[in-house]
Amino acid sequence: MEKQGLYLPEFERDNCGAGFICNLKGEKSNKIIHDALEILIKLEHRGAVSSDGKTGDGAGILIDIPHEFFAKNTTFSLPKPKEYAVGMVFLSQNENQRNFFKNCLETEIKNQGLAVLGWRKVPVNKTHLGNIAAKNEPAIEQIFIGKNRLPLTENQFNAKLFAARKIAEHAVENSKLSDRKKFYLPSLSTTTLIYKGLLIPEDIRNYYTDLSNPDLVTRLALVHQRFSTNTFPSWDLAQPFRYMCHNGEINTLRGNINRMKAREELMKSPIFGDDIKKLFPIILDGKSDSACMDMAVELLLMTDRSLPEVMMMMVPEAWEKAPAMSDAKKAFYEYNSCIMEPWDGPASIPFTDGNYIGALLDRNGLRPSRYTVTKDGNVVMSSETGVLDIKPENVVHHGRLEPGKMFLVDMNAGRIINDEEIKQKIVSEKPYRKWLNKNLLLLADIPYTGNKTPKEEISLVARQKIFGYTLEEIDTIITPMATGGKEAIGSMGNDTPLAVLSDEPQLLFNYFKQLFAQVTNPPLDGIREEIVTDFSLAIGGDRNIFDISDQQCNKLKIQNPVISNADIDKLKSIDHPDFKSVSISTLYDITKGLNGIEAALKDMVKQAYKAVSEGCNIIILSDRNVNEHFAPIPILLSCSYVGGQLSKMGQRSSFGIVIESAEPREPHHFATLFGYGASAVNPYMINEMLRQQVKEGDIVGISDEKAIENFNKAIATGVLKIMNKIGISTLHSYRASQIFEILGLNTAFTEEYFPNTPSRIEGIGLYEIEKEIFLRHRSVFPPLEIAGNLPLNIGGDYRWRRNAERHMFNPTTVSKLQQAVRTNSYESYEVYAKDINEQSEKLMTLRGMFEFNNLDPIPLEEVEPWTEIVKRFKTGAMSYGSISQEAHENLAIAMNRIGGKSNSGEGGENKNRFRKDLNGDSRNSAIKQVASGRFGVSTNYLTNAKEIQIKMAQGAKPGEGGQLPADKVLPWIAECRSSTPYVGLISPPPHHDIYSIEDLAQLIFDLKNANREARINVKLVSKVGVGTIAAGVAKAKADVILISGYDGGTGASPLTSLRHAGLPWELGIAEAQQTLVLNNLRNRVVLECDGQLKTGRDVAIACLLGAEEFGFATAPLVASGCIMMRKCHLNTCPVGIATQDPELRKNFKGTPEHVINFMYFVAKELRKIMASLGFRTINEMVGQSQKINVNKAIDHAKAKGIDLSPILHKPETNKPLYNTESQNHELENVLDFDILRMGHPAIYRKEKMFLEFPIKNTDRTVGAIVSNELSKIYGDNGLPEDTLNLKFKGSAGQSFGAFATKGLTMQVDGNTNDYLGKSLSGAKLIIKTPDEATFASEENIIVGNVSLYGATNGEAYINGIAGERFCVRNSGAIAVVEGVGDHGCEYMTGGKVVILGKTGRNFAAGMSGGIAYVFDTDGKFRNGLCNMEMVAFEEISTEDQIELKQLIKNHFKYTNSDLAYRILDDWENSLSNFVKVMPTEYKKALIRLEMENNIKTATV
Amino acid sequence: MGKVTGFKEFERQDEAHISVKERVQHYKEFTVPLKTNEVEKQGSRCMDCGIPFCHSACPLGNLIPDFNDMVHEKKWEKALEILHSTNNFPEFTGRLCPAPCEQACVLGIVKPAITIENLEKNIVEKGFENGWIKAQSPTVRTGKTVAVVGSGPAGLAAAQQLNRAGHLVTVFERDDALGGLLRYGIPNFKLEKGIIDRRIAILKEEGIEFKTNINVGVNYPVEKLDDFNAVVLCGGATLSRELPVKGAEIKGVVQAMTFLKQQNKRNAGITIEDEEIFATGKNVIVIGGGDTGSDCIGTSNRQGPKSVTNFEIMPKPPEKRSETTPWPFWPLKLKTSTSHEEGCDRNWLISTKEFIADEKGYLKALKTVNVEWVMKPGERPALKEIEGTEKIWPCELVLLAMGFTGPEATLSEQLGLKTDFRSNYQASETEFQTNVLHIFTAGDMRRGQSLIVWAISEGREAAKKVDEYLMGYSNLPTKGKGDLVGV
Repeated sequence: MEKQGLYLPEFERDNCGAGFICNLKGEKSNKIIHDALEILIKLEHRGAVSSDGKTGDGAGILIDIPHEFFAKNTTFSLPKPKEYAVGMVFLSQNENQRNFFKNCLETEIKNQGLAVLGWRKVPVNKTHLGNIAAKNEPAIEQIFIGKNRLPLTENQFNAKLFAARKIAEHAVENSKLSDRKKFYLPSLSTTTLIYKGLLIPEDIRNYYTDLSNPDLVTRLALVHQRFSTNTFPSWDLAQPFRYMCHNGEINTLRGNINRMKAREELMKSPIFGDDIKKLFPIILDGKSDSACMDMAVELLLMTDRSLPEVMMMMVPEAWEKAPAMSDAKKAFYEYNSCIMEPWDGPASIPFTDGNYIGALLDRNGLRPSRYTVTKDGNVVMSSETGVLDIKPENVVHHGRLEPGKMFLVDMNAGRIINDEEIKQKIVSEKPYRKWLNKNLLLLADIPYTGNKTPKEEISLVARQKIFGYTLEEIDTIITPMATGGKEAIGSMGNDTPLAVLSDEPQLLFNYFKQLFAQVTNPPLDGIREEIVTDFSLAIGGDRNIFDISDQQCNKLKIQNPVISNADIDKLKSIDHPDFKSVSISTLYDITKGLNGIEAALKDMVKQAYKAVSEGCNIIILSDRNVNEHFAPIPILLSCSYVGGQLSKMGQRSSFGIVIESAEPREPHHFATLFGYGASAVNPYMINEMLRQQVKEGDIVGISDEKAIENFNKAIATGVLKIMNKIGISTLHSYRASQIFEILGLNTAFTEEYFPNTPSRIEGIGLYEIEKEIFLRHRSVFPPLEIAGNLPLNIGGDYRWRRNAERHMFNPTTVSKLQQAVRTNSYESYEVYAKDINEQSEKLMTLRGMFEFNNLDPIPLEEVEPWTEIVKRFKTGAMSYGSISQEAHENLAIAMNRIGGKSNSGEGGENKNRFRKDLNGDSRNSAIKQVASGRFGVSTNYLTNAKEIQIKMAQGAKPGEGGQLPADKVLPWIAECRSSTPYVGLISPPPHHDIYSIEDLAQLIFDLKNANREARINVKLVSKVGVGTIAAGVAKAKADVILISGYDGGTGASPLTSLRHAGLPWELGIAEAQQTLVLNNLRNRVVLECDGQLKTGRDVAIACLLGAEEFGFATAPLVASGCIMMRKCHLNTCPVGIATQDPELRKNFKGTPEHVINFMYFVAKELRKIMASLGFRTINEMVGQSQKINVNKAIDHAKAKGIDLSPILHKPETNKPLYNTESQNHELENVLDFDILRMGHPAIYRKEKMFLEFPIKNTDRTVGAIVSNELSKIYGDNGLPEDTLNLKFKGSAGQSFGAFATKGLTMQVDGNTNDYLGKSLSGAKLIIKTPDEATFASEENIIVGNVSLYGATNGEAYINGIAGERFCVRNSGAIAVVEGVGDHGCEYMTGGKVVILGKTGRNFAAGMSGGIAYVFDTDGKFRNGLCNMEMVAFEEISTEDQIELKQLIKNHFKYTNSDLAYRILDDWENSLSNFVKVMPTEYKKALIRLEMENNIKTATV
Repeated sequence: MGKVTGFKEFERQDEAHISVKERVQHYKEFTVPLKTNEVEKQGSRCMDCGIPFCHSACPLGNLIPDFNDMVHEKKWEKALEILHSTNNFPEFTGRLCPAPCEQACVLGIVKPAITIENLEKNIVEKGFENGWIKAQSPTVRTGKTVAVVGSGPAGLAAAQQLNRAGHLVTVFERDDALGGLLRYGIPNFKLEKGIIDRRIAILKEEGIEFKTNINVGVNYPVEKLDDFNAVVLCGGATLSRELPVKGAEIKGVVQAMTFLKQQNKRNAGITIEDEEIFATGKNVIVIGGGDTGSDCIGTSNRQGPKSVTNFEIMPKPPEKRSETTPWPFWPLKLKTSTSHEEGCDRNWLISTKEFIADEKGYLKALKTVNVEWVMKPGERPALKEIEGTEKIWPCELVLLAMGFTGPEATLSEQLGLKTDFRSNYQASETEFQTNVLHIFTAGDMRRGQSLIVWAISEGREAAKKVDEYLMGYSNLPTKGKGDLVGV
C-alpha cells in the first residue's frame, strides 16, 4: 500500500510466532516438516488474519536442500550435495517481465563465473490463497546453480552467489518494470531452502505441494508466522529470511541502517574485489526490520565470521554491567562494540546456515522461547511449549532461551553446544583484550592540562538571551537538575501551543517529538533494569568491517557523553597519534540573514570535509563567541547537516561529532543531538551558569563542580529514559537513530537537513527559523539595557504568565467555566468556549486552524437529544490516589447519572462502590483500567466493569512508568490497590505481559474471559504510525481503541516529558481512522478520542476526523473546582481534588451537577454544530472530514506553511466509517465452559468436587471465566478453599489460572506457558512435573515468563524452574518455585516467595514489599544476582522458620517435589542456605502499621 | 518555588493599626509594620499556582508568585527587582491599591488570601531602607524628546519608562507640586508625601525634567508641544460629578477634592489662599460611599467634627462575596475602610433631594428620600423613590464625593483630539495613540476615573507604544495580555 493521507507504510510493524525442529542424529524425514508446520498451527493464536478472513500475514519454512528430491524432480543432472546451490525465486506472473528477471539473474550468475544448471517451476495449489494474497501472488521457480568447475570453497561459492543475487536485485530494481517489487529470492544457498508466502500456517503445505511429498526430507526445519499490525503485508516479507527469522522488533533500525550505509564507504574485500561497490546498498530500502537484519547478517557472514559470532556481534548480551562475566567475553563484546552497535529491541531470533541451527534472545529477555530435547534425538524450539505432543517420559530436558544467551545445535556434530561453550570458543579466537588495552583510549584517562578556551566577549546574560533562556527554565528545569541530579517533577497536561503555532521564539529542538514504544514493542525501565543499559560512547573513525584487527579499536571512549568544559578542552587539545580534533564554528553573520545561515552551513561542511581529509576524526561543532555580528545556528541543525552531508560524500564513517553548545539544556535537547549523530555534547554555558549560581548563593550546599556533575548526570538519566521510551537500552545504538517525528517543519527543509525523519503537516522552513534567531539576537543588540527590566524573560511554559507562552487554561477560561457550571449559565460557558474555540488571532492547536465547511443546516430539534450524545462521553482515567475520594466519586456519580462512563484510573477501586447507593446513585466507575502496575486488578474488579481499558500509554508521558511514593500509599489507597500501606508502588514502563502485538491480543483475550460483557478498550497515544498500531489492535480484537493526544494530564511526570513525546490527537485520530478504513477494519471497532477536549467544537472536529466516543479529564476537573495549581504531585491541592490530606479534602466543593452541566453544555454546543452541518446523529457525522476546511483567514507568520490536508484525507470506501459490528472473540472453545457445566454443584452449591481435563497450549486463560461467574455470585469472597479441584494433564496455554479466584485449586501435570496466574485472585495453582518424567524438576523449566504478574491473593506451587520476571508486581500471592530467571520478584509489593533453586540476575529490582526466601547453595545469589537497591538480607527468625518450613511442606505435599523432600530431610543444614530478602521500605511499613494498630487498640 | 505547605502552616497576618483615638490626632500614616520574619512567613503562604489569578487580576501584571517566593527565600533584593520590573512605584500601590490581586488569590477560595499588597510595600520599603533603589540613567540617549502632561501616577510611569528608553522627557504639572491626585487628593494618613518626594528625586536624577505650575493650554500654549517628538497626555479625569439639586450652590456644599486638597496643602505648610473649609465642630455629611468619600470621612474626623454621616445611593452590599461576583472576580461586598472605623454613620439607599440654607445663606440641613432599585430583566436597574420617606438632616458641611465624570476638555479642544462618548480622550487600550499621531494619552484621561494601578499600567504600556512610534521597535517591557475578564 502506498503512502496516502497520514498513512506511511514504513511504520508497519510485525511480531510473530517462530520455532524450529531438528534431529540431532541427522536423520532426515518428511515428518520434521509436518511437525514444524504443526508448531505453527499450534501458535496460530499468535498470528493474525486480515479482514478477508483468509489471508495470513505470512508464514514460511526453511529446510535442508532436499538433494534426493531434486535429483528425482529435475530434468537436468545435479552435482553432489553442496556442490551446487538452489535458489527459490519469486518472479512476475507476466511472462515478459518474468523472463527479464530470470535473465538478469542468469547474467549475474554467469558474471560471477558460475553456471546455471536449470530452472524448476515450483508446483503450487492456488485454491488456498486469500483474496489479498492472490492479488500479489508471484510466479515461483527454483534455480539451480553450479560451480562451473571452479575450485571454490564453500565460503567462496557463497560469496559469489551473494554477489550475483545482490547485483541482480539492484539491476531489477533499476529496471523500472512494473512488477520489479515481485522479484525476490527467499533463499539462495548450498544448504537451505525456504518455502514461504502470504499464507496462514495450515496452508503452507497445501499451497506448496512439494512439502507433502514423502521424498522431500530434511534434518531441520525453521518455521515462522507473522502478525503484522496492518494488512498490507507482502509475499517477500514473510519469514524465515535467508539466515534467520525473528520474533520481536528492532527498535534501533534507522540508526543501524544509517550506520551500515556509512560503513559501505570503507568496505574492501579480496573476495569481491571491484564488485563490492555493486553490492551496495547492502540493506535495501523499504524492507521490514527483520529483513534488514538478515541482510546485515548475510554481509557479516561474508567477512569470514561464523554465524554464531555474527549473532553475538549484532545482538550482544548485556555485558557492560555484568561483574560475573569472563574478561575474555567482555573484551570480545567491547571490541565488537567498536565495530557494530547493537541491533536492539525485543527479539527471539532463530537462525541457521544449514550447519548450525540455533536461537538467540535479546539482552533483556523480552520474547518467550522454549525448547525441549527428546530422547529420540529431536530438538524442538518455539515461542511456546507444548506445541508438539511429546510424552513426558521421552523428555531429556525442557529449557528456555535466556536473555542474551544463545542456544545452538551443531547439525554436523549432532549435539547441542551450550552458550558458555560456544561463546568461550568464539571469544578466545582473537586477543581482544590485548587489542583493547593497546588501542582503546578512555577520555577519563587523558590528562587535563588546563582551560584553553578563550573567554567569551559578551556578558553571560546577553548570551542567555540570545540562546533564549528564561528565568523559569533556570529555576524549574536547570537548577533542580544541578542540585538533585534529576529532573524536576510537575503535573497536569500541556496546554501551550505547538512550537509552530507559538508566538514565542522557539528552539529548533521543540519541533521534534520523541517516538515511544507502544504495543509492538515495550518501553524499558532503565532504573530498575539498569543492568541492561549502557550510556557510554566511543568516537573516532571506523574501519573496514572485513578487517578483524586491533585497528578496529582505535577509539576514544566516553563514559558519560554529556561532558564538562574540562573534558571538551581535553578533546580540543588532544595530542595523540590516533586522534585529531578540529573546532568548527556554527555561527553565522546575522546581517546576512537567511543567506548568511545557508552560507555558514555550507562552509561548515567544507571545513569538516577538509579536516577529515587531513585526518581529523573528531569534529567539534561549537557555537561559542556569539557577538553583535555573529548569531548561533541551531546546533541540532548544524549537527544533522554536517553529519548528513559528509555521509552523502561518503565520509561519515571516519569521524565523530562533538557538540560544544550553549543551546541544549533539557534531556530532550541532548537526546535529539545524540539521535542525529552527536557522540558527545558539552553544554558549556550551563557550566558557566551553574558556577555563577553557586557563587551567588542561588545554589547552596554543593560545589560548582558537583553541580555540573549532577546536571550532566541528570541529563544522562533523562536521555536514557527517552531511549527507554522507545525500548532502546544503549546510547551506542540510539546514536544517529533519528527516532523522532517532526511537527511543523516543511519538506524542503527536512529533506535538506533532516532526511528520513517524518514530517507530515509541513510548516516553517529555514527562513522562519532565522527570523526566530534574529528576534532573540535583537533583544540584545543594539546593546541598550532598559533599567527595571528583568535580566531574562520570566518564562511561562510550565506556569501561566501574562507575558509568556499562551495557555488554553488561563484565568479567563477557568473562571468562566466554573461560573458557568455553578450557576448553570450557558452564557458564561460561551465566553469560555469562545476563548478556546476562536483561535484566529492566537493559534493554539491544529484544530484551531480548522473551520466548518459544506454547511447544510437542519432544524436543531432534528438532532439527537443531548441525553443521547452524552452517553458517548467519558471522563478521563484518573486514579483514586492521584485524586481524592470525593473528586473521584463525584465524577463517577455524574457520569452514571447521565449514562456516560467514568474511568477508575489505574488505582483499583473500593468494592463498596460496586453496589448502588441508597439514593440510587452509583459510585462505580463504568470503565476499569488495567495498567502496567495492575493495581487492584482482580476478578471481582473486572467483573464490575462495563468497559475494561488497557492503558498502553499515557498522553502526558507515553513510554514512561510512574511511581506512587510510600507516604502517599495511605491505608485506604493501599486497600483499593491490594497492596501494603506505606509501601511505594511502581508502575513499570511496559506491561510485562505486552511486549508485542500478539501479547496484547492475549491480554485482550484474558480480559474478555474475565468479563465477557465488558468492552475491551485499548488506550494508545498519538504518534506517527499510530494508525498502523490501531489496525493491529483491531486485529488483536479490541472493541474500542482510544487515541489520546500528547497533551493529556498527569498526576506526576518529569516536567520536560510533558512536552516532547507524542502528538496532538488531530493527527492520531485521523491516522487511525484512515488506516482502519483502508484495512476494512473500521467497522469492527469503536474509535475514541481524548486529550484536552474542552468544548463542543473540539468534539465536533474529533468526530469528523473519525472518533465516535469522547473523553474529558481536565475540563470536568476544572468544573469540579480544579484551578490548575499544577501541584498534584505534592499532595497540597488546596481545593481538595489532587490530594489525600484529610484537611484539604474538606475543601472539595464540586458536585455531580457541576460535571453534568459541563457535559450538557458541551453537548448543546455540539448539537448546534451538528444542526448547521446537517447531521442528525453522531454516527452520521463520524469521519466526514469533508466538512472541515482550513481557515484561510488565519494570518499567522509561522502557521502559514502548515498543510493539514493529510489530516482531512478521506479514503475512498463504501464501507461504514463507524462501528457497526462487534468483534468475534472466539471464546466458544474455552475450556472453562466445560468446567462450568461439570462443576455446577461446586460453583452453585459449594460442594467439593474433583474434575480432570487434558490440556494443550491452545487452551488459554483457563480459569478466568469460571472466576468471573464466581465473582458475579460471591463478589471477591469466591468459594471456600479447595472447593473446586481441577486437574489438567499436558501443556497449558498462556495465562493459565489468570484472575482465578478463591476456592479454585488448579493443578497441571505437565507444564505451562507464560503468564501463569496473572492477577491471581485467591486460587491455588499447582504445576507439577509429571510422574512419568525422568528429568530432575529443579533443572528444567516448567512455567514460562512473567508468572503471577500482579497477583493479589492465592498460592502457587511450581515443581520446576520459572522463566523471567517471576512474581513481577506480585502484591499478595504466596509462591514456591524451584528456580527462576532474570528479574525475579521485580516491583513486588507484597506476598511471599520461596525459591528453592537458582535465580537469574537482577532479582528484587524495584521490590518494595513482600518477602522472598532464596535457597542459595553456592552463594551466587548473595554475591551479585540480587539487586540490593531496595532490599536487604535479613536473619531468618524463628517465626520465619516455621512459616518457611510450612510452605516447603506444602510444596512437597502438592507436587511431591524431590527437591523439597531433600531440603526438609536435612532441614537444619538447608536452613543455613536460605537467604531472606526483605525490602527496606516494607520493613518500615510493617513497623508503622503495627504501631498504628497498637494505637487503635489502645484507644478502643 | 515557594514553601509547599506554607499556606497550611501559617495564617494571614495583616499590619496592625495605631488605635483610632491616637491616630485621629494627626495626619500621619498609622500602620504598624510587621517584623521581617513575619513578612517572610506571609510570603511562604503563596502556593505558586499553575495559573496565578492574582497576576491576571493585577492591572500591572505584577509577577506576584515570583516576588512572594523571593520574600520567602529572604532574597529581598531579587524580590524588588521582580517587583520593579512591572511596577515603577510599588510604594504607591503598596499603600493605595484596593488589591484586586488578593481578591483573585487562589488561596482566597479556601482561606484568607496572601497579603500581596503588604508584601509589595515591604519589598519596596526594604529597598529604600537598604539603598537598593537608585537612579539608573539610560546608557544611551536617542536624541528624541517627549512631553508628558500631568505628573500623576500615569504621567510619572510613562516618563520613567520613556526616559529609560533613552528619550529626553519633560513632565508638565499645573499644580505647584508633583504627583497629581497622589499629592493633593490622597490624604497624608494614607500616603505621606515624603514617599512621593523620595521617588521624584530619583526620577529627576535619572534625567527627567519636571516643570510645575505649567498648565498646558492655559499658561503654556499648546503649540509649544510641537517642539517635542511625542507627547503623552496624562491629565487625569478631574471633573467632579455635581449634585444638581435645589440648593447645590449654597455655601457649605463643597466638592470633596476642594476639601481634601486644602488639608493636604495645610499639611505641607502651604498657605491656603481661598476660603478655608473645616469640619471642625460641624455636622458633616459625606455624599458618596467610595474611596474619596472615605477619605473625606477620615479627614473630617481629624478636624474634630460634631458628627460625620455618610450617604450612598446604592444598596448596602453583602458582608461577603456574593454569588454574582464569584472568585476570582472583583467582589461586590461591604468595604469598611480605616476611615470608617474612625467613626461615621453610614446610610444606604438614600438620595439627597435638596440643600437647605439658614438665613445667612449657610448650609443648615439637607433633605433626603429613601430609594429602591427596580430590576427588570434586560433593562438597566431603575431608581425609584419611596414615598413618605423624606427626612431632614441637620448639617453644616456637605462633602460631595460622587466620583469624576471625565477629563477636562481644554487640551482636547486645543489640540483637536477626538473624545469618546464619555468625554474621555480617544485612544485604544492597546495603542494609546490619539487621532493626532504623535500625541498619546494614558491613565484616567483615556480610560476615565480608575485605580492607581491602572494609571501606572497605562503609563507603562503607552510608553512602549511611544517608544515604538519614535524608534520603530521597543525594548521596553509590556505586561502582556491576560487581564482577568469581568464577571
